[in-house]
Amino acid sequence: MSAALQNLVNQPYKHGFVTDIESDVAPKGLGEDTIRLISSKKAEPEWLLDFRLKAYRHWLQMTEPAWPNVTYPKIDFQTISYYAAPKPKAKLASMDEVDPELLRTFEKLGVPMHERAALAGVAVDVIFDSVSVATTYKHKLAEVGIIFCSISEAVREHPELVRQYMGSVVPAGDNYYAALNSAVFTDGSFCFIPKGVKCPMDLSTYFRINTEGSGQFERTLIIAEDGASVSYLEGCTAPRFDTNQLHAAVVELVALDNADIKYSTVQNWYAGDENGLGGIYNFVTKRGLCKGVNSRISWTQVETGSAITWKYPSCILRGDNSVGEFYSVALTNHYQQADTGTKMIHIGRNTRSTIVSKGISAGHSSNSYRGQVKIMPRAEGARNYSQCDSMLIGDACSASTFPYIEVRNPGAKVEHEASTSKIGEEQLFYFAQRGVGAEQAVSMIINGFCKEVFQQLPMEFAVEATQLLGLKLEGSVG
Amino acid sequence: MIRANAETLLEVRGLCASVEGVAILKDMSLTVKRGEVHALMGPNGSGKSTFAKILAGHPAYQVTGGSATFEGVDLFALKPEERARAGVFLGFQYPIEIPGVANSQFLRLTYNTVQAQRGREELDPLEFDDLVREKMKLLEMNPDFLDRSVNEGFSGGEKKRNEILQMALLDPRLAVLDETDSGLDIDALRIVASGINALGTPDNAVLLVTHYQRLLNYIVPDYVHVMSAGRIIRTGGRELALELEARGYDWVSAASGAAAGAPA
Repeated sequence: MSAALQNLVNQPYKHGFVTDIESDVAPKGLGEDTIRLISSKKAEPEWLLDFRLKAYRHWLQMTEPAWPNVTYPKIDFQTISYYAAPKPKAKLASMDEVDPELLRTFEKLGVPMHERAALAGVAVDVIFDSVSVATTYKHKLAEVGIIFCSISEAVREHPELVRQYMGSVVPAGDNYYAALNSAVFTDGSFCFIPKGVKCPMDLSTYFRINTEGSGQFERTLIIAEDGASVSYLEGCTAPRFDTNQLHAAVVELVALDNADIKYSTVQNWYAGDENGLGGIYNFVTKRGLCKGVNSRISWTQVETGSAITWKYPSCILRGDNSVGEFYSVALTNHYQQADTGTKMIHIGRNTRSTIVSKGISAGHSSNSYRGQVKIMPRAEGARNYSQCDSMLIGDACSASTFPYIEVRNPGAKVEHEASTSKIGEEQLFYFAQRGVGAEQAVSMIINGFCKEVFQQLPMEFAVEATQLLGLKLEGSVG
Repeated sequence: MIRANAETLLEVRGLCASVEGVAILKDMSLTVKRGEVHALMGPNGSGKSTFAKILAGHPAYQVTGGSATFEGVDLFALKPEERARAGVFLGFQYPIEIPGVANSQFLRLTYNTVQAQRGREELDPLEFDDLVREKMKLLEMNPDFLDRSVNEGFSGGEKKRNEILQMALLDPRLAVLDETDSGLDIDALRIVASGINALGTPDNAVLLVTHYQRLLNYIVPDYVHVMSAGRIIRTGGRELALELEARGYDWVSAASGAAAGAPA
């Protein structure tokens, strides 16, 4: 491979700064005491502490999954701090009371908050380390009955809703990391769209890990009642540290009859340096339940960060005629490893699912698509279409595809297409011969490759994602 | 058209080149002046396409000797994109497909890149749309081509027309067209050829790389060169191509054998 291609991936991580804010950090280590400490810090009700302890006891019996196509040293869960919050604890009436240093951080990150939120028409919840520091637009949303707040606040203000739905899609003992999250989650976003309401703006959460040695375990719960709809955006960044940090989130979506949830992620956690030192372990469980008839859940993700990504946003299509969608771009560079994909479980009649996955590998990275399509016996008329495309940049990286298809209804229709391509000398030469340098060429080729996914993103996110891919690959062609 | 006082555009002297260690060009020399049309002919493997790619700077080929100057500048000191911006255009024998990238988007990027280099005005999408539609008429192309991905699912003839469309947009000084006639039916050949003819000016020049003389029925060359084993073994006018058609490449190889060692 030409020197041109060798370089295209070496842009410094621009979110790698640390904000100098005093933090309230829990001592490192994990035990029932830690969990009681978190729960009491948050003044939680008894039932939630029970939920946590049950999950923890379950977790102790479990072992880390060995099936993902990733390798990393065993995690010592006693060396992680499970709670870190900016001091003074954020309990704010308006944005003016937010620590200005924190606001500057989000400005640097380009988070559309404050005035910019108004311009962008985006309501933002910001999770800094473990605690939600500001939720904009809350009052405006409340006028139409939408609840959008941190999960801690939801536990206090709307305990009946949280209790009804939390763990209903991802049970506490679902998998190793979901169990860990259920035991120690500190904050996250909560969103409830009542019957018949179309959320008038995109809702957005920005996650940031700031403190070295802390883990982030957020929990997001979104409920759309009958006929409700919402588009939700999630962004993530972290400073650069030489140590690995653990991020184990759980996201649960519930769509009732005729409801529609669109969940978009641009994940840009710190990926480690060019030699693979440091970076986030991103072990996330995201699942949506299409509980009602004609409901629809659509996941769109652009995964560019993290040292290791292990993530399968899934849909359980229980309601008849419900629709699940998964659109993904996963880019790995240097020594990043990604094992990501989806699960589409067809239970109801005439359920439909679409999977479009685009994997881009560069440097020495490894990028795997892993997807399951399962058609249950009752799922008469179920249909699935899957398309998995991989693109390789350079010859030291790898791409793998692991599709699992299980059809238990003879009337179902399942299609799977896969392709692998390589950005090669010939393509770059063609661009060069038209006057276009390698970097711009790669950016255009990649954006063309990802087009079907980017089209699913809301406008501002699509622009951000396009730029992000360019940045991540800058310098890998010279 | 040959003019006595025309400036030299391209001057190649004693060029030797190899790919993966195998020598392909051996002492190749050629002079192209403004306003001229040259045809480079020869059997398979004689080095025609290699020569075209080397002029454009394909990274798989190594220059091992000799020189090439373009408007007095050392061509081999320039990167491929710099050569393109300086006005060297290569029409590809096998144009590359770029899935997901709209042809209009690609064409505008290349157009603006080259325009910027020449200190000329760049165009926004609407202005560019007007320009490109005008140029497409020249090649009788359907405007649908603008919305399709670059070369993806194009027939052979459509790809070649798209190449000439790019030539029309980029306005090169020297257009090297590598087997632009291959894969064209007779109607497409006529359209592509008339497009190329329409783009000719006293300032620019065309080097047609081709197997067959049929293209030369439409684009009349000032010079016809015959290559064999990595160098030009015979140069003549239009009539040389007709004679080749009648007598085959073996004839010219045999005939030039007698004159071996003479400068081409």
